[in-house]
Amino acid sequence: MTPLIEVTALTHTVQGRQLLRDVHLTLRRGELLAVLGRNGAGKSTLLRHLTGELGRRGVTVLGGPAHRPGTELARHRAALPQHTPAPFAFSVLDTVLLGRIPHGPRDTLHDRDVARACLDRVGLRGAAGRDIQTLSGGEQQRVHLARTLAQLHGTPGDRVLLLDEPTASLDLAHQHATLRLARDLCGEGVGVLAVLHDLNLAAQYADRVLLLSDGEVLTCAPPETALTSEHIRAAYGHDVLVTRHPCLSCPLIVSAG
Amino acid sequence: MERGLPLTRRGRAVRPGAALTLTVLTGLLVGAVVLAVGSGAVRISPAQVLSILLAPLGAGPLTPFDEQQAAVLWVIRLPRVLLGALVGAGLAVAGAALQGLFRNPLADPGLMGITSGAALAAALSVVLGLHALGTYSLPAAAFAGSLISTALVSLLAQDRGRVNVTTMLLAGIAINALCGAGTGLMTFLATDEQLRTITFWNLGSLGGATWPTVLSALPLILLGAFGLPLTARALNALTLGEHGAAHLGVPVTRVKWLIITLVALSVGAGVAVAGSIGFIGLVVPHLLRLLTGPNHATLLPASALLGATLLILADLLARTVAAPAEVPIGILTALLGAPFFLYLLRQTRRAESA
Repeated sequence: MTPLIEVTALTHTVQGRQLLRDVHLTLRRGELLAVLGRNGAGKSTLLRHLTGELGRRGVTVLGGPAHRPGTELARHRAALPQHTPAPFAFSVLDTVLLGRIPHGPRDTLHDRDVARACLDRVGLRGAAGRDIQTLSGGEQQRVHLARTLAQLHGTPGDRVLLLDEPTASLDLAHQHATLRLARDLCGEGVGVLAVLHDLNLAAQYADRVLLLSDGEVLTCAPPETALTSEHIRAAYGHDVLVTRHPCLSCPLIVSAG
Repeated sequence: MERGLPLTRRGRAVRPGAALTLTVLTGLLVGAVVLAVGSGAVRISPAQVLSILLAPLGAGPLTPFDEQQAAVLWVIRLPRVLLGALVGAGLAVAGAALQGLFRNPLADPGLMGITSGAALAAALSVVLGLHALGTYSLPAAAFAGSLISTALVSLLAQDRGRVNVTTMLLAGIAINALCGAGTGLMTFLATDEQLRTITFWNLGSLGGATWPTVLSALPLILLGAFGLPLTARALNALTLGEHGAAHLGVPVTRVKWLIITLVALSVGAGVAVAGSIGFIGLVVPHLLRLLTGPNHATLLPASALLGATLLILADLLARTVAAPAEVPIGILTALLGAPFFLYLLRQTRRAESA
């Protein structure tokens, strides 16, 4: 079976600087792939190739170029950016309903049910009628996560969810709730690629970790293999101790200084 | 995620439904038309208006009316009120669409250089004495000017077929300044008579309304009034940013060109026949967003209806408040629109900090 996402020999140069150099990656069905690396390592640039914002050869999403137009691809691939503007006072439910745009020319009662169910999955069912501008940054981020769930809902076949730092403005409980939700989606066959900053969240939830360093893939492997103190020092320039998590069977990373 | 944050009732977005909003606004528009066509030096009651309108269909008069009333209604009032409705609808729906496209509730058709281009071309045609099209020379020049300046702003803001809306705002400011300088030069060169024409055109008026002007503006403005609401879902998606809209499969570049074209045609036609009329395009969508919410599926048709109603009423005021003299309508819309807009701003600020 072909992977959901296949990137081969992707190099991206801007003004003589190589943001990405010879990157290879694959995303399989039902897999949670975490992309890690220091600021400026090329994580967001990589994600922009996968969302189709930067149209390049060598990037294949769901069997075709990442930047092909139309609603067909949008039903199968959703992306959650780090930050989404809220210029107008849309209700939370209307914001989630934006995710149903690729599914038909107008919102049906079924679409509203889908939107409410997706709000439920991010723990915001009671906020459906609220004005999005009155929500906190973390709550807004969860609303947009619900929007991407609504976008992929009911699509037969392969689905890809691209998350750019989905836990950045969330509290501890919601960070874990968001990644548990991502794991649930993987259980439904969705391929999830998430840019993360928290090494321990990646260690606990990811199937594989792709470590980027200066635009190059340092390693792409299961957390036990990828998240070693040597790799992390090479990627972040910071010393860490890696031990076993006392309760869970995953690595636990703590700062050594 | 089973645990939600405790939510207060504050910030609930309870709003009237789309059907109710559009029905009420349609009712208001019909009411404004009946009021406006009946008011003036010759009074015509609503029943008489209906009788006069139905007379050509062979319906016997429900209420007696005289020939003078029928003539005033058909020749003077009806074209003027219909022109007001068209221009107001075009300005307001264009304002609403542009605010969505620019993701900025303060955007206005003037930002695209439409009005300033029209003003320059109008001044040029007056001062250079271009009379090739008779009485239509000035409107035709204004329409051409609005299209040229909009095209110029759009072309300056585009890069490989994509329009950058931030660059477009800046290009609009530059083109507005350039057109302003050109208009200034023309007023400097103009004779006293020409100066009067230019000034009055700039203040806006529906006084020149005739059936031919109504019919020439009608197709262009209806294209905008009915075409722009078709982009409502794309405009909703664009509130997420252009990339966000593209992720939803919206053909962003095509939608932007479509909106720019429809706005240029409908506002250009309106400015050509009525001069520059400010604040309708800014205030109407702003007010409706507070009343019915920002969903463009309701906002765009509602803006067209309310814009038509408000311009009809403003024109009614313009021709009756100092009768038999007429106050230029652009003065009235700015005089009433600006304080009202400030009031709305204060209210919004207060609601946000409450």
